[in-house]
Amino acid sequence: MHAKATHKLAIVLIWGSGFITVLILFLIIGYVLARGLPEIGWDFLFTAPKGGLSGEGGISTTIVATVYLIALTLAILVVPGVGAAIYLSEYAKDNWLTRIIRYGVETLAGVPSIVFGLFGFVLFVTALHFRFSLLSGALTLVCLLLPTLIRTSEEALKAVPRGHREAALALGSTKWQAIWHVVLPAALPGIITGFILCIGRIVGETACLYVTMGGSSAMPTSLFSGGRTLSLHLFYLSMETNAFEKAMATGAVLIIIVLIVNTITNWISYRFQARMRGGA
Amino acid sequence: MDPKIEAKQLNFYYGKQHAVKNVTLNIREHQITALIGPSGCGKSTFLRALNRMNDIIPGARVEGEVLLDKQNIYEHSVDVVELRKRVGMVFQHPNPFPKSIFENVAFGPKMLGQSRTTKLDEVVEKSLRAAALWDEVKDNLNKSGLALSGGQQQRLCIARVLAVKPEVILMDEPCSALDPVSTLRIEELMQELTKNYTIVIVTHNMLQAARVSQWTGFFLLGEMIEYGKTVDVFSRPRDKRTEDYITGRFG
Repeated sequence: MHAKATHKLAIVLIWGSGFITVLILFLIIGYVLARGLPEIGWDFLFTAPKGGLSGEGGISTTIVATVYLIALTLAILVVPGVGAAIYLSEYAKDNWLTRIIRYGVETLAGVPSIVFGLFGFVLFVTALHFRFSLLSGALTLVCLLLPTLIRTSEEALKAVPRGHREAALALGSTKWQAIWHVVLPAALPGIITGFILCIGRIVGETACLYVTMGGSSAMPTSLFSGGRTLSLHLFYLSMETNAFEKAMATGAVLIIIVLIVNTITNWISYRFQARMRGGA
Repeated sequence: MDPKIEAKQLNFYYGKQHAVKNVTLNIREHQITALIGPSGCGKSTFLRALNRMNDIIPGARVEGEVLLDKQNIYEHSVDVVELRKRVGMVFQHPNPFPKSIFENVAFGPKMLGQSRTTKLDEVVEKSLRAAALWDEVKDNLNKSGLALSGGQQQRLCIARVLAVKPEVILMDEPCSALDPVSTLRIEELMQELTKNYTIVIVTHNMLQAARVSQWTGFFLLGEMIEYGKTVDVFSRPRDKRTEDYITGRFG
């Protein structure tokens, strides 16, 4: 009788937790979308923000700045991120040096982003004279995201069966050929998932960009232009204007972007698993 | 006739573990040599020492010599990549790359710098025919190698090795993951291949060794207990331990 009661209690708790999670999720997304979506139209998407207390204008320049920032950050990130992952997974011996590197990577991944922002401000904005700019923002994000990308890429590389490496070597390929032609392609979907996680972080980041990109709402024209991403714009709208509906609309755009990014991630990992089973 | 491969007092260590003890063994050209013995007896380690596949295992160490056509493969001047082109390997679990059937077979030639499509088409067809897989896959060369059955996958792996044109093929329990029908096909294939290749096979299955090989070596606890013509080893074993093993008293 006692076991049955425990069982029932567990069921109630588990269902309850699940219900609360889903409820919170739908409340937030639902609320933002309900308030924001009616505001979204061509005008809102394709005009520049005009500023002022009433937050006139749309979000065109902030969308452009966000896209530029994502492209620039990922472009800088790809070589050191994947390179370090290949080194750690394929070349590094397990000794004190690599253990320190791994420990460092893990610690960095847990440091709050504003700390990276301060570092970026001191190094890129001030010392290197990149000013408040896309470049300063992107380089700061690279520092912030490198640990995450290295870890996800290393996991993806390690998930490639050892048999693939042995088979490639036994066919007379060099170690680098085995990595480049067999291991890396097999790990690619996992690595791409890592990049998409990074996109999610870039889209969502505000604090560390506030201190490295400034917040100019003008259209960025070069690497050294300041800029305002969607999230930063949302921050400005909600803190410095009365345009609450516009802030909600910007939030809705952000949610839609994140939904699209997540859908792409799921699709890629689905394709990946299908390919590993031989389906595609 | 000179042996294709001569192992001379070969010792192999994984860290402190002495996995292969003082093995001396001659492998004849265009014949099948089977290595049998219970799990952990060192036969697979010995096999992998013949094309230096153990090099990639951390802490592995080798002593002694392995001569391939009279040249010691453990000498400093030997290019491991070159060696593995001459001594190919088929593994226990079929391990095609997650690529198309064509790309799997073309992999080796491509890595060696062959890029002309007509030449690649030719090599792929020839290798698949030699591995007795061509008729089953010729219409689906773009299908993933992983979509094939286990037996077909293993023949694909053999085709992939043949495309590199090796002289010796090492097989590490190539049928242990396959059903009896697929096993039989691989065994028939091995007989075909001895016309052009020297084969060394490690197997758990004593009947398989008796069926396919001309020479048999029996390993126990890292030592080679007995080596001779397969008929002799199976019908008149010289050592009591060999007799006990092949009559199924242990192992």
